Formats: sequence, structure tokens, C-alpha cells
Amino acid sequence: MRSIVLPGELLATNPKVAGSGTYVENGKVYAKVLGLLDKTDTSVRVIPLRGRYIPSIGDIVIGIVREITANGWVVDINSPYQGFLPIQENPEMKPDKKPNEVLDIDDIIITKIINIDPKMKVTLTMKDKMCRAIRFGRVVAINPARVPRVIGKKGSMIKLLKSELGVQIIVGKNGLIWISGDRRKVNIAEEAIYIIEAEAHTEGLTDRITEFIKKRKGELNGQ
Amino acid sequence: MASEDVKRLKGEIKLIVDGKRLDGRAFDELRPIKIEAGVLKRADGSCYLEMGKNKVVAAVYGPREVHPRHLQDPIKAVVRYRYNMAPFSVEERKRPGPDRRSIEISKVSREALEAVIMKELFPRCGIDVFVEVLQADAGSRTACLNAASVALVDAGVPMRGMISSVAVAKVEGHLVLDPTKEEDFYGEADIPFAFFIRNDKIESIALLQMDGRVTKSELMEALQMAKKGALEIYRMQKEAIKSRYIIEEADENE
Repeated sequence: MRSIVLPGELLATNPKVAGSGTYVENGKVYAKVLGLLDKTDTSVRVIPLRGRYIPSIGDIVIGIVREITANGWVVDINSPYQGFLPIQENPEMKPDKKPNEVLDIDDIIITKIINIDPKMKVTLTMKDKMCRAIRFGRVVAINPARVPRVIGKKGSMIKLLKSELGVQIIVGKNGLIWISGDRRKVNIAEEAIYIIEAEAHTEGLTDRITEFIKKRKGELNGQ
Repeated sequence: MASEDVKRLKGEIKLIVDGKRLDGRAFDELRPIKIEAGVLKRADGSCYLEMGKNKVVAAVYGPREVHPRHLQDPIKAVVRYRYNMAPFSVEERKRPGPDRRSIEISKVSREALEAVIMKELFPRCGIDVFVEVLQADAGSRTACLNAASVALVDAGVPMRGMISSVAVAKVEGHLVLDPTKEEDFYGEADIPFAFFIRNDKIESIALLQMDGRVTKSELMEALQMAKKGALEIYRMQKEAIKSRYIIEEADENE
């Protein structure tokens, strides 16, 4: 079991090992957030347990279009900062189209963060094979700190959901999850995700989710 | 004025009897403290705290967008702190709304927390801390700061360390830790402290106020006394947060 650390706890005396969730002062490494300590010989980091989603470059996120401007779209990415998707970064945009014909207010998109400037202006792109506008399926919102749990170790949890239910799932780093497929199976997947989010103690969670899905699938076939 | 108050002013009722205080505590003993983290569902972080008869609840929201926009700071987050007393928190009903005292407490408490919050990580954002006093005794500002510090950790806000706060009063010539209302009213001085604590060590003073009359050496002695009390509170704050998360094992993840 990894231990829980609080802000200000001394983690190491070698500043070279400082990783995410830590800070260095006077050559010493301290924790800066509440989280689980992950310590190896070459690195020390703190996996946060709480907190809002803070964008970082390369993240796939799910966002909602909030505003249309002449240069692009303002996108809410469930974070303290809004994202901006410039017209040039959307391959669907053609010279003969107006921006609101391509993406309108309240449209949901899967998008990628390509740049964050020092003032935390977040630039998005749709030029990625994962990226698309969502026209069907369902979006589920969870606490962003729980995203790694939904993905599981090396993607085990998400693989389980996909293979057992035959649904398509894309997990945004910002806590929004897109599910698409058979409506009844999407219902089960949604419930399973909420269970994963709520059950703090993950010991044997994968097994419990497997059992839950089996049970719910049995109910479906029984009808 | 009630007759008991008059007697106290005349010195007929003693606040210290046989080296013990009215509530039976030693001079350097804290009141009973209870801390619980994560009590509010809709806040990003929260804490309920009791310090003697004080009952306070703190809520943290953020980092989030600042409205109105002109309050935004392009290079760091703004911290907002509101200390508020419920009308029923004191013996005589308090008119709701901010008054001079609570505006002052909010300001000094905010400055104390700004010493530990890593504001530079969240440009253009705001971190809002709301603390409500549900029942007041002496030292409610120190209780609120202790609660706010726990709530900030619970919210996952990056911080350099934690804030622990306690007051020292001078009563009938003796310095006493964590005074009660009687000791605050009829004592000679009241000195609230807050410290920036990191890795079980006091790093610096984050808040220091005083009113009353003390000598230079008494003030230094009060500081030592407060440090000892603050470290004790710090341990309880840590315990409160850890006990909430001890069941969590994210080992399976990633």
C-alpha cells in the first residue's frame, strides 16, 4: 500500500528526483498536494486524490462549445480555463461554410490540447484521429481525479467495459466520458462508471465490476 | 451589565484558582478539538471543526474562473476568504452581514493562507474560501483558519505546507493557551497566532495580532507557547485528512 501524503511533507533530499505533485525549496523535495506517494530510486511523485482538471499539452478532452467567434470556437473543457479551437485547427471547416454550420453552441467535441501559453490560454485541435464532433452516444461526467481509476492499470478497466459490453468508450482526461453503442448496454456502462467513481476502496474493484456487468447482462437476456 | 460581570471586573471572581483555569485546564492545555474533513458534498473541499465551544465549517471552491473579470490576475490566482458569523452563533443575536470586525478577520486570515497557497500555478483563477461560525467562543478566527487549511488540502489545492493557528491570552498575570470567552473578556491581553507548518516543523509566522498589555519577554514566551499548541493542532489536522482517505487504495490504477 502506498502512503498518503499531505502538502508540505518532506519526500526526498535530492532535487533531481522531483516529479509531478511536488515542489523543490532549498534543495529539498516536498509534496504540494494531497495524494498517494509514488517513490522509486529515480523519481518521486504524488498522485493527486482531489482537485480540478488542469489542462496539459497532449491531453484528449471532451468539451462543450460555448461561444462562436470569427476565428474559432470557445470550448468549455470542465476546468478553470476555457479552451479555444481556432478555425484552422478544424479539418471539417471549409471556406464556403460558416463556423456555426460546422460546430454550433452546445455541440460536444472530442478534442486535443496542442498548446498552453504562460497565461493559461488553452489552444485545442481537431487534427487527430481520436477527435470528432459527437452527434450520438452519451457523455458521462465524473470527478477528474477518478479518471485513472476508470482507465485502470494499463487500461484494464476500460478494456473490460468495452469487451464485456461491446460499447465504444473514450475517456477525456477532464472527467467527461463518451459512450456509444446499444442503448441498454450504454446504460450498464454508465452505471458501472458511476460505481467505479463512488467506490473509493479499489481492492478487487475490477472483479466486482465484472460481476456487476454479468448480473446486469443476465437481467437483459432474461427479459 | 450582569452582576456576575461586575464582580469579575472588581476582581471578586477569580479566573485562575489553585493554578488551574475555570474549565480545569492547565495553562498550556488546548480545549478539546474535533476535526472532520470532506463534510460538504457540493464544495471542492470542506471541513467541520470544533475548538472548545467554537463550531465552524469551512468550504473551498476552486481554482475556478473569477467573476467579475476585472478582479482576475493574469499571472497568479486570487484568494478570497470570507469569515462570517451566523446570527445565532453568539449569545445576543448578531445582525447578519459583514461588519468591521469580520472584514478585518477575513483580510488577515486570507493573508495567512496566501503564505502557503501556490497561487502562481493558476493564473486568472480564483480560490474561494468561505468559513461560517455556527457557534462562537473565544478564538473563532483561529478555529476558522484551522478549518480553512484542512478544507484547502481536501480540495486538492497545491500548497507549500499547512496553516495551524492558536491564541494565547494573559489572564491575571499568567499566560494561557487557547483562551475561553471569560479569559478573553476579563484577561489583560489576547494574542492570536498562525504558523506556516511544513514537515512537522514551524517554518514561519503567518498571522500575528495582539491587543492588551504584555511585556517583551511575555510576548516571546507566548510565542513559544503558541508554537507548542499549533504543532498539536497540526497533528490533529493531518489525522483528520488522512483518516478520510485511508480506505482509498489507488494502487491498482495506472
